[in-house]
Amino acid sequence: MTVTMKPARIFGSGIRRREDPRLITGTARYTDDITLPGMVHAAVLRSPHAHARIARLDTQRATGAPGVVAVFTGADVEGALNPIPCAWLLPNAELKIAQYRALAKDVVRYVGDAVAVVVAESPYQAADALDLIDVDYEPMPATVDPEKAAQKNAPQLHAEIPGNVAFHWTLAGGDVDAAFKSADVIIRDRIHQQRLIPTAMETRGAVAQFVPATGELTLWNTTQNPHIVRFIMSLVTGVPEDRLRVVAPEVGGGFGSKIAQIQGDFITTFCSMKLGRPVKWQESRSENYVSTTHGRDHVQDIELAATKDGRVTALRATVWAGMGAYLSTAAPGIPTILHGLMLSGPYTIPAVKEDVYGVYTNTTPVEAYRGAGRPEATFMLERMMDLLADKIGVDPVEVRRRNLIPPFENGHNVVTGLTYDSGNYEGALSKALNHVKYDALRAEQKAAREKGRYVGIGVSVYVEICGLGPSQVAGAIGFQGGLWESAIVRFHPSGKVNVFIGASPHGQGEETTFAQIVSDELGVGVNDVKVVHGDTDNTPMGWGTYGSRTTAVGGAALAVATRKIKEKAKLLAGHLLEAAVEDIDYADGRFFVKGFPDRHKTIQDIALMANVAWNLPQGMEAGLEATSFYDPPNFVYPFGAHVAVVEVDAETGRVDLKRYVAVDDCGPQINPVIVEGQVHGGVVQGIGQALWEEAVYDESGQLLTGSLADYAIPRADLLPDLEVLSTVTPSPHHPLGVKGIGEAGTIASTCTVYNAVIDALEPFKVSSLRMPLTPERVWRAIHAKGA
Amino acid sequence: MKVPVSVSVNGRAIQRDVEPRLLLVHFLRDVAGLTGTKIGCDTSQCGACTVLLDGMAVKACTCLAVQADGASVTTVEGLSAGTALHPLQEAFWEKHGLQCGFCTPGMMLAAHDVLRTNPSPTSDQIRHGLEGNLCRCTGYQNIVRSVQAAAQGGRS
Repeated sequence: MTVTMKPARIFGSGIRRREDPRLITGTARYTDDITLPGMVHAAVLRSPHAHARIARLDTQRATGAPGVVAVFTGADVEGALNPIPCAWLLPNAELKIAQYRALAKDVVRYVGDAVAVVVAESPYQAADALDLIDVDYEPMPATVDPEKAAQKNAPQLHAEIPGNVAFHWTLAGGDVDAAFKSADVIIRDRIHQQRLIPTAMETRGAVAQFVPATGELTLWNTTQNPHIVRFIMSLVTGVPEDRLRVVAPEVGGGFGSKIAQIQGDFITTFCSMKLGRPVKWQESRSENYVSTTHGRDHVQDIELAATKDGRVTALRATVWAGMGAYLSTAAPGIPTILHGLMLSGPYTIPAVKEDVYGVYTNTTPVEAYRGAGRPEATFMLERMMDLLADKIGVDPVEVRRRNLIPPFENGHNVVTGLTYDSGNYEGALSKALNHVKYDALRAEQKAAREKGRYVGIGVSVYVEICGLGPSQVAGAIGFQGGLWESAIVRFHPSGKVNVFIGASPHGQGEETTFAQIVSDELGVGVNDVKVVHGDTDNTPMGWGTYGSRTTAVGGAALAVATRKIKEKAKLLAGHLLEAAVEDIDYADGRFFVKGFPDRHKTIQDIALMANVAWNLPQGMEAGLEATSFYDPPNFVYPFGAHVAVVEVDAETGRVDLKRYVAVDDCGPQINPVIVEGQVHGGVVQGIGQALWEEAVYDESGQLLTGSLADYAIPRADLLPDLEVLSTVTPSPHHPLGVKGIGEAGTIASTCTVYNAVIDALEPFKVSSLRMPLTPERVWRAIHAKGA
Repeated sequence: MKVPVSVSVNGRAIQRDVEPRLLLVHFLRDVAGLTGTKIGCDTSQCGACTVLLDGMAVKACTCLAVQADGASVTTVEGLSAGTALHPLQEAFWEKHGLQCGFCTPGMMLAAHDVLRTNPSPTSDQIRHGLEGNLCRCTGYQNIVRSVQAAAQGGRS
């Protein structure tokens, strides 16, 4: 007797990635690797002042410099380019959009604001000629803090927007005032979500090729969303969408900083349109730091009301969110929709109120950055939980447990108006605590304290909203686009498959995981499926890869499309096998007559027969191809619990991260290795915010952290190995039960590490410290309170 | 004013008259046409431009082409022998040591240097050896696993 081992299911298998061979051999082509015949190079002159009038701008010396083809300023662009639009028109928020030009005219409003562009035969010549542009600036006062910029007498950025307030958005649910009136305990805190610089390893850039004879434009762009670029670029340049091809080549990371369209993209396109030649622009890192969008930048005042046994009855907050000098593409939705709606988190908080002021400041525009609004919400909640625990003398884990929403599989309404899809917060928390042996850890901490060692433990529980999202909701909240996703699945005569998707992965691995989906659904070998993305000429419309949506929404579209194929294949199989379709079963890539497994057709047989069309049933079209435009009925809500253990050196203030445990639940995992990788990267970025990263502007609006020499992103030698575990709670509405995972790590880790450090400093009675928790800040806090 | 340089890149002699200020990384990308070596910063922090110069890791953004005159440079394109992948490439693939791939060429060449001087490094030693190479995607953990796997896999 032989025993046949059923091969491991491809869905759930940690196979290595399709993406990697071209990346590890250096043959992948990123935007800066593209060279076209006749291509010239653009270098952008940027304002060195945060706020100034341009009194004089003389480009004559630059125009005559060696290799220079052209020099353009704001005056040249006027009339040729429309203003850069904001694509999230938040309703009911008194939104005031300042005009945002590709090249500034008359006034510059942040260090980095583009003033002129030199186009030359080589990048070195273009950079040389920048120095020959003469600009006389008349500096004006600048304002950089979002709370201060909204006060009376602050320097005004835009004459048409007195007060600098871009929007005032409110969220209210339940009776917050009553809860505070009758509260046993009220906790207050002020939190600074410091400005961060996303720092994808590849800076932004573009290669624009406008062909005057045809009026067609091809744009290679470091973007997370080529179809949105096509849409916006057509609005700004006037090149119609049908003649505008956008290609996302290999893209070296995004994290939200490659969603928006920024000045450089339009400037490059403009130059190509004027010159009729391909033009390339690629940021240096220093340019990237002032020109590409930043993240976070909130000042938050929070109050929490609770009963004496630690049940939270209300949360109230005011947030000043720095927007930068202009509103970036998706900016208004980040500190509002993607933040306020999550203010009750995984807890049964019955009343919530938030006022969010988006404020113009003389700084680089702010946009999404990994987590985009959700880390800021989770941090608020998790800080308040720890402060509440401290106030009432209860263990921080116990306080959370008293407030957690009990497990649910199919819908739970929260006070902010959302319906979470599924959750088991206690399950994730228990798993994390069991893994670290929490009680023993607390005992070790006590013993360490007695020996004068400051060990801290931080625990966080989170839920987040991602998998954007139902398009009807998008419209209602002002997002100027849809949020569905698309997939075309096409079988070739030989049985190989191409999948064309509207999403645009840039490191997340969907070329692999989406092949796994098709393989799992239809039995095709995973190496017989190639996923195509990034080129608007050969992919269906899509709304981008951000907000942890590519698998949650794009993967759903793919599942639906493959199931359409399965239906057609069944019909054709029945016809070819001369059996009724009700008598056809499917398993592992074969369509067979029930009870007669030898009477079968493989999916490859079907693909060939469908393509040659010699014998199709009446009314069936040829080909084996299906398209799905999938509009999700809800967002998805991944969740988890994280634990961090730190030790603080009281003499130097240095924080040593000793252990980090992440338990995350994104539902079934298509490729657990890729999921783990997303958690690793996300957690480390969040740790970066807690311990090392801050974009610092001085009072005059100079970006002091203007390069990697001053902005400290995490390094390999500063981190321990992370311990990554998971629970699996399917989403009830997703065809595969899958939720997103790209941002979850970041959403949880900042507050987990922060809470651990505050916990370590408990003997010094430090309850609040501004991030990042640099050695200097920690040391000062210790010594301010006395040892 | 240009000066002649002759650099052997991945075994191929490249001769060109270049400006003295031309960075080695631009020589490799624009003159030799090998775009596998990346540029990630302008302050020598990130290490995306790491190549081997006479067998030792250098940051090609902080080296002038004229300094490489007469020397032999290995870039990521020169790691594999024909179609066979170098053990480091194989290990990074196997252990999911990359996501967007932008830091990867420099990371592998820096790892090459770590293994050259320490064929069986501990996790801590690998992390210290790679402190000059930044990655924003992976959180470094699988990079460390990749280098460990390469170390166990054989020659470096």
